[in-house]
Amino acid sequence: MRLTKGMCGAQWLTACALVAGASLITVSTASATVTRHSDSTVTPNQAAIDGQTARDAYRAYVASIQNNEPAATASYATVRVKRIPAFARKYGLRCSACHTAWPELNSFGQQFRDNGYQLKNERDSPIYQNNAYFPITIRVTPQFHMERGTKQLVDATPGDGESGQTEKTLTSHGFDMSGTDLWTAGTLFKNVSFVALLSSDNFASFHFEAMNLRFDNLGDNPWLNLKVGKFELDNLISEKRFLFLSANGGSYATYHFSAPGSSVDFGVGDNQLGAELSGHSLNSYTRYSAAVLSSNDGDPGSNNFSSYDANLNFSQAFDGGKMGVERIAAYAYLGQRPTAFQTTGGDLIPGSGTDRKTFYRAGVAGDFFLHNLEFLPFYLHGNDNAFLASGAAPNEPLPDGARDASWNGGFLETHYYINQQLVLTQRVEAIRMSQQAFSSTPSTLGNIDAYSFGTRWYPFMYSRAGLAVHGEYSLMKTVSPGQTAEEGSTVNIWTSSLLFALDFDF
Amino acid sequence: MSRVARRIASLAGLGIIFSALAAAGMYAQGSNGLPREGQGQDKKIIKNVGRPSVGKVEYVRYCVGCHGDHGDGQGENTPWIEPKPRDFTLAVFKCRSTPSGTLPTDQDLMNTIRRGIVHSNMPEWRPLPDQMIADILSYIKTFSPRWKTEQAGTSVEVPPETPVTTESILAGRAMFQKFECWKCHGPEGRGNGPSASGMTDSKDQPIQPLDFTTSDRFKCGTTNADLYRIFMTGLDGTPMASFSDNIKGDAGWDLVHYLRTLQPMRTPEATIWKAWLATHASELKPIGDQTGQ
Repeated sequence: MRLTKGMCGAQWLTACALVAGASLITVSTASATVTRHSDSTVTPNQAAIDGQTARDAYRAYVASIQNNEPAATASYATVRVKRIPAFARKYGLRCSACHTAWPELNSFGQQFRDNGYQLKNERDSPIYQNNAYFPITIRVTPQFHMERGTKQLVDATPGDGESGQTEKTLTSHGFDMSGTDLWTAGTLFKNVSFVALLSSDNFASFHFEAMNLRFDNLGDNPWLNLKVGKFELDNLISEKRFLFLSANGGSYATYHFSAPGSSVDFGVGDNQLGAELSGHSLNSYTRYSAAVLSSNDGDPGSNNFSSYDANLNFSQAFDGGKMGVERIAAYAYLGQRPTAFQTTGGDLIPGSGTDRKTFYRAGVAGDFFLHNLEFLPFYLHGNDNAFLASGAAPNEPLPDGARDASWNGGFLETHYYINQQLVLTQRVEAIRMSQQAFSSTPSTLGNIDAYSFGTRWYPFMYSRAGLAVHGEYSLMKTVSPGQTAEEGSTVNIWTSSLLFALDFDF
Repeated sequence: MSRVARRIASLAGLGIIFSALAAAGMYAQGSNGLPREGQGQDKKIIKNVGRPSVGKVEYVRYCVGCHGDHGDGQGENTPWIEPKPRDFTLAVFKCRSTPSGTLPTDQDLMNTIRRGIVHSNMPEWRPLPDQMIADILSYIKTFSPRWKTEQAGTSVEVPPETPVTTESILAGRAMFQKFECWKCHGPEGRGNGPSASGMTDSKDQPIQPLDFTTSDRFKCGTTNADLYRIFMTGLDGTPMASFSDNIKGDAGWDLVHYLRTLQPMRTPEATIWKAWLATHASELKPIGDQTGQ
């Protein structure tokens, strides 16, 4: 959850109480440790040291911006993106066979993934592979990056904590490296596939980003596939396989946004724990998925709510002739979180949550080609129940005046493929609060505008490994609570990232 | 109705839609996930004009790893895979609707790309748009001068299928013996006949006869009509010759019906055959070398 200066009085107290509760029940770990004080900001790297995931690190990063903290000093570990040269090695196909520009999948790559990482040529089972073949890939991204943030709070006199605070633009830069992905995925047997992804931050603190088993083509029918474990939601526009890497641009803000003060920890871009039934036509033009997920935002071992969320996705593609394959999708995520717990000695008992309140995310997405030009539009409407949106503490009544929070967000991403080894990218993104949990909260608090552009050049393209020379600039404006002005005011904080990276995997 | 109830009802509605979609898909594809007779991959869609310059780009994206920069089947992946990729410079293709020795039609080539070739590294390129495949085909044709000097053959006619009966299956079994199919494909269709060992294709590369007992697909199709067509056209470049001079008219369906009984799926032919065998198995002579009998 995010603590903002816009929250005051009873809301502030209840929010603080919820932070304590959240810490106890391990909800939103990273957010809970972020405070308003610049001298105790948890930077993403520090989050990594604490054993938090890249997702937590990202949240800490965004939260630090929303809280008007010196986020620009943070060195955010780039979000991991996925592609598996182990498959290219297994089947002898070049990266370009499955990717428009890796890691983004093309229509054939989508079909391959839908088939359970199988080409369906009766050679998918491991028994047909050379015994020496082991489907594993490793990926690292050495880089140079620069981060800048405006209106960061600093001591008026450096070193003198009593001198009062003032706002200043802070810039940091230097050589750095990403974390590492160790990913193994493939088939255990014909129509039984698996994924095990160990992902680390740049301090080699690993976590399970994905771990699942999938029974493919049940009854020899592609319309029935069952996946169990931790996995990415079936988003048409995958954040795990996109073409941006920087601190600002390396995640879709819309995929991780929480309304100011809300206790909902869910993000569309977060991998979730659960079971997914999915299916597709033979060419994967028509696809659906329906998932039942634990209400813990994918945190292993922390299913403390004993409740479940649901996610539905449907997409349909069309043969666009000379234009390419065009696809549209609709999705809905319905979640719930408890607002009451049993206690012992005043402490909440994990797993005893009741009186659940709902939230939902729903929207549409597309993937449209105009020859070498690709458009990726995305729209999301979010809504949190008043209990959740207000950050009401467990076992406490709904604060006076609290109401549902809702917002709209979306982006339009564009790729221009000059050729198969060079792509230009850009993305414009916006989030607008349509209703705050409290009428006293500034209506624009939490709004985000972002713009990113970049390029990826693949010096070689074959079936064994991959290298991309990556350049990217990303700019983001966040409406944050004012720090030096009177309470209830807002301030626009601009953050930017410049990144040059060598993105390789083997 | 409360808001939560409405949301749950909405989700349930979507669930019903998905279920209906899945059921429709199951019906359309049959129990083994493959298209039913007359459906799916053999639709007539070649009306796109291929553009070689565009096709080259897509060829490099999808095909070059196996078929090579020059279309000679010498891609970077070739040393590691069996059977070897097609050599487009020879313009000899296994899967055709045209007589042996002639060039295939564009539709034949498109069908091959769409369905892939089972038991090889050639995948099913189903999601590629028709225009893209047409472009790739137009580029593939630049590798061999045959495409400039010859026309594609005329597609052989596949007559209407005859009813599946015990008599038809028995007649097909007799043909399997008579035309010595068993010498390559084995007496039980396991691809282990006496001639199977050391078999090579026209480029002296090792090649294996199809094992019917583990294949729910054929190299050049899935349907009975596809199998009939294979008898008539042969698989050029392989030891599988055309039997168009030996098998005439409806007789081809008899052989189709018998071969269907060898496959692992529950086919109508297998059901009829199994019922007949339950009481008549002792009447059958074993398939194979009967010269000593």
